[in-house]
Amino acid sequence: MFGYYIGLAIRSLRRNVVLTVLMIVAIGVGIGASMTTLTIFRAMSGDPLPGKSAQLFVPQIDNWGPRKGGGQSAATGSKLQNQLTYIDASRLMEAHAAKRQSAMYGTGLPLIPANRDLQPFTAPIRASYADFFPMFEVPFLYGAPWSAADDAAHAAVVVLSRKLNDKLFAGANSVGQSVNLDGQTYRVVGVLKDWEPIPKFYDLTDEKFGKGADVFMPFTRAIDQQLRGWGSFNCKDPPDSGYAGTLRSECIWIQFWVELPTPADVARYRLFLQNYASEQRRSGRFDWTAETALRDLSQWLRFNEVVSDEVRILVLVSFSFLFVCLLNAMGLMLAKVMARAQEIGVRRALGANRSAIFTQCLIESSVIGLVGAALGLVLTALGLLGLRTLLSQSASALANLDLLDVGIVIALALGSAILAGLYPTWRAGQVQPAWQLKSQ
Amino acid sequence: MELRPILSAMRRNKVGAVLIGVQIAVTLAILCNGLFIIEQRLALSQRPSGVDEANVFAIDNQWVGAPGDVPARQRADIEALRALPGVVDAYDTNQYPLTNSGWSESVLLDPDASGSGTLSAALYFGDDHALNTLGLRLVAGRNFEASEIGERQASDRLHTAVILITRALAQALFPKGNAVGQSIYVEGNKQPSLVIGVVERLQIPWTGAGGWTEKYFENSMIEPYRFIESDSWYMVRTRPGQLASVMKAARDKLLQIDRARLLDKIEAVSDTRIAAYRDDRGLAVILAVVCASLIGVTACGIVGLTSYWVSQRRRQIGIRRALGATRGAILRYFQTENLLIAAAGALVGIGLTVAVNLWMVTSFAMPRLALAWAGLGALGVLLLGQLAVLWPALRAASVPPALAVRDA
Repeated sequence: MFGYYIGLAIRSLRRNVVLTVLMIVAIGVGIGASMTTLTIFRAMSGDPLPGKSAQLFVPQIDNWGPRKGGGQSAATGSKLQNQLTYIDASRLMEAHAAKRQSAMYGTGLPLIPANRDLQPFTAPIRASYADFFPMFEVPFLYGAPWSAADDAAHAAVVVLSRKLNDKLFAGANSVGQSVNLDGQTYRVVGVLKDWEPIPKFYDLTDEKFGKGADVFMPFTRAIDQQLRGWGSFNCKDPPDSGYAGTLRSECIWIQFWVELPTPADVARYRLFLQNYASEQRRSGRFDWTAETALRDLSQWLRFNEVVSDEVRILVLVSFSFLFVCLLNAMGLMLAKVMARAQEIGVRRALGANRSAIFTQCLIESSVIGLVGAALGLVLTALGLLGLRTLLSQSASALANLDLLDVGIVIALALGSAILAGLYPTWRAGQVQPAWQLKSQ
Repeated sequence: MELRPILSAMRRNKVGAVLIGVQIAVTLAILCNGLFIIEQRLALSQRPSGVDEANVFAIDNQWVGAPGDVPARQRADIEALRALPGVVDAYDTNQYPLTNSGWSESVLLDPDASGSGTLSAALYFGDDHALNTLGLRLVAGRNFEASEIGERQASDRLHTAVILITRALAQALFPKGNAVGQSIYVEGNKQPSLVIGVVERLQIPWTGAGGWTEKYFENSMIEPYRFIESDSWYMVRTRPGQLASVMKAARDKLLQIDRARLLDKIEAVSDTRIAAYRDDRGLAVILAVVCASLIGVTACGIVGLTSYWVSQRRRQIGIRRALGATRGAILRYFQTENLLIAAAGALVGIGLTVAVNLWMVTSFAMPRLALAWAGLGALGVLLLGQLAVLWPALRAASVPPALAVRDA
C-alpha cells in the first residue's frame, strides 16, 4: 500500500510541475537559509567539553569594589570582573582548594627553529600549570604534561601543539628535544593531538573562536621571563612602573579554572572563596565586602556572551524566512489539493476512507519534504561555503556541517513539509464524495 | 470598482487570503529590519579613521633575543625608514586604528573625581612626526615639538605635560570648544596634562558595533612618546602610488640593518580596514541575500496561489466576460483583490516591524527604526504584490467569454 501511495504521490506531483517545483524550492530555500545560520549558532553555543563541562568552574572576585575602573571596564558596567589579578591567581594556586586548578594567560615569543631553512616566527604561548592538561582532558600524541615539580621549579619545559611539532620536527616524536624561544632553550616534554575546543572557552578575552596556543609552558616560568599577557588587561588604577608593578597591581589579566567533581566540592569552594574575600578585607586590601562568584563552564559562556548578536540576528531572520517559506508551501499545497477535489471525490466514492486519503496526502507532503531536504542540504553547504569566504577566519571555523546537522536538515524539512501539508491534507479529508460527483 | 464581490469571494477563500496576508506581514518585518541593519553596518564600515589609509602601512617589529639598547635601535630603524625613497614620514607607536586591539585610559577634568562619568579614550603614542605620518589634520593649537618627545615602555608609568586630543574628545570634555590650553588628567595621574592641539579625527582601535566602541569611536588622545618595546608598530606613509614598492623596500631595509627581528606583519592600513569590517560586511551581504530570496519566495507564492484562484474561477470569469465585463475589469478585479490582502498584511507588518525593532533595541542595543522606513517598506510590498499578481491576472483577463457556454 505504501509503495502505491508513493507512486500516486509522484504521479500527482508530476501532473503540476510548476506548483511542485515552487513548493520544493520554497522548502529548500527556507531550510538552506535557516540551517546555514543554525549550524553557526550550534557551533557557537556548543559544549566544548561534553561530559566534563559541569565540573569546571571559574572563580571571580570583585577586587575593584564599588568604584569600577576606567577603560573597558566601564563597558561591562557593574558585572563582576572576568579575570583575576596576579595576586589573587597566585594565592588561589597556593591555597590548592580544588581537586585541580590552573592560573593561565596567553602570551607569545619569537621562536627560532633549529632548522635553518625555516624563518623565525612568533609562537603563541599559553602559560599554565600542569593541571591544565588533565583538567581539560587535553589529548597527548607524545609524552605527557610537565609535573607539579616543574611548576614549582619554574622549569624551562614546553608542550607543543601537533601543528607546531609537524612544522619543527616533521611530526616525529620530539619529546626530549629542545626548542629555542627568544634565545632560551626549552625542553619538549609532550606533544598534543589536535585540540581546538570551540568556543575557546578557557580564554574568551581575546578571540572567542580563535586558534589556541602552539606552545604551552609553566605559568611560573612565563612570569619569571616577564612575559606580558596578549589578551585583555584592565586596571582600576594605573599600575606602578615595571613588571613588578604589574604583578603587585589590581589589574586583571589572568584566567583561572578549577575542577570540582561533586556538588559538595563546589559548595566547599564557594565557601573558601567567600572566606578568602573577607580575609582580604580584614587584611586591609579591600575596604568593601568583595562579591565572589563561581560559574561553571556553560554559565561562563553565557556570562561572556559567546554567541554574538550578529548570529542571533541571523538565526532570527532566517527562521522567520523559513516561516514565510512554510506559509508559502502551505498555500501551494492547498491550491493543489483543492484542484484535485474531484479526483478525491471519485476515490472516496469508490470506497477509500478518510484515513486513506489523509495518508495519501501526507505521503505526498513527505515526498516534497524529502526533495526539499536534498535541495536544502545543497543550499546549506553552499551557504556555509559562502560564509567562509565572507567572514573572518575565526568565524569561519564555525562553518562546518557535521552529521547531526545533516540529520537536523532532513528532520526540519520533513517536519516543515508535513506541517505545511497538515491543513491542506485535512481539507482533502473533508471532501464530500457525493457533492463532488454531483457537481460534475 | 465594486468591492463587495471581491470581499465575498475572499470570504469563501479565507485560508488562502490569510496565508498571503501573513506572508506579506512577515516579509515586511524582515525586509525593513534587515535593510535597516544592512544600512547601519555599511555606514559603520565606511567611517573614516582619520588616517590617510591609501598611503600608510604598518610594520609589526619584534626584536628577537632581547638585544640591548632598543631605543637606539628603533631610532636608527625609523631614521632609515624616513630616508627610504618614496617615504613621506615614519614613526614608532603602540597602536593604530582599525586593529581591534589596543590601549585605553581614563580622562578626567578633576583629578579627584571618581566613579560614574569617567571618560575613557584610546591612548596613542607618537612623536612630532606622527600627525604627518598618519595624515591627521590639526584643527586647533599646535603639534608636538621635538623637545617634548619622550620614550616609553608598555609597563612604564609616566606623566605627560602636553597632549593632543581628537575633536570628538575635545567636545566631550569642553563643550564650549576651548580645549586648547586646558588641563586634563589622564591615566589616573594627579598632575595635569596641557591640551596643546586638537586633531580633526583619529578613530579608536576598536570597530565593534553597539556599545561603547561605537558610541566613543573617536575618543582618542596622543601622548608625546616613542614606544620602545620588544614588540612595537612602525607606521610609514608613502608618496601616492608607491605603497607596494615601499612596503617591500622597507622590509628589506630593516632586515639589512639587523636580522635579529621578526617582521610578522607588514600591512597596508586599507587591508587592516577590510579585516576590521569583514564580519560587518559579511552580515550585510548575508542579510541582503536573505532579503532578496524572501522577495522571490513571497512573489512566487502570490503568483502560485493567484494562478490557482484564476484557474478555479475560469468558468465564473467566462460568465462575467459574457455578461459584458471588459478585460480591464477582470484585471482590476484580481489586482484589487491582491491590493486588499497586501494592504491588510502590510498594516499588520508595520506593527510587526516596529515590535521586532523594539525587541532588537532592548536586546541588541540597536538604534530605533524610523517609522518612515516601515512606511516605505509597506509601499514596497504593495508594489511587490501588484507585480506578482500581474501575470495571473493577465491570464484571467484573457479567458474567452465563450468559456461560459462550454463545459469547464
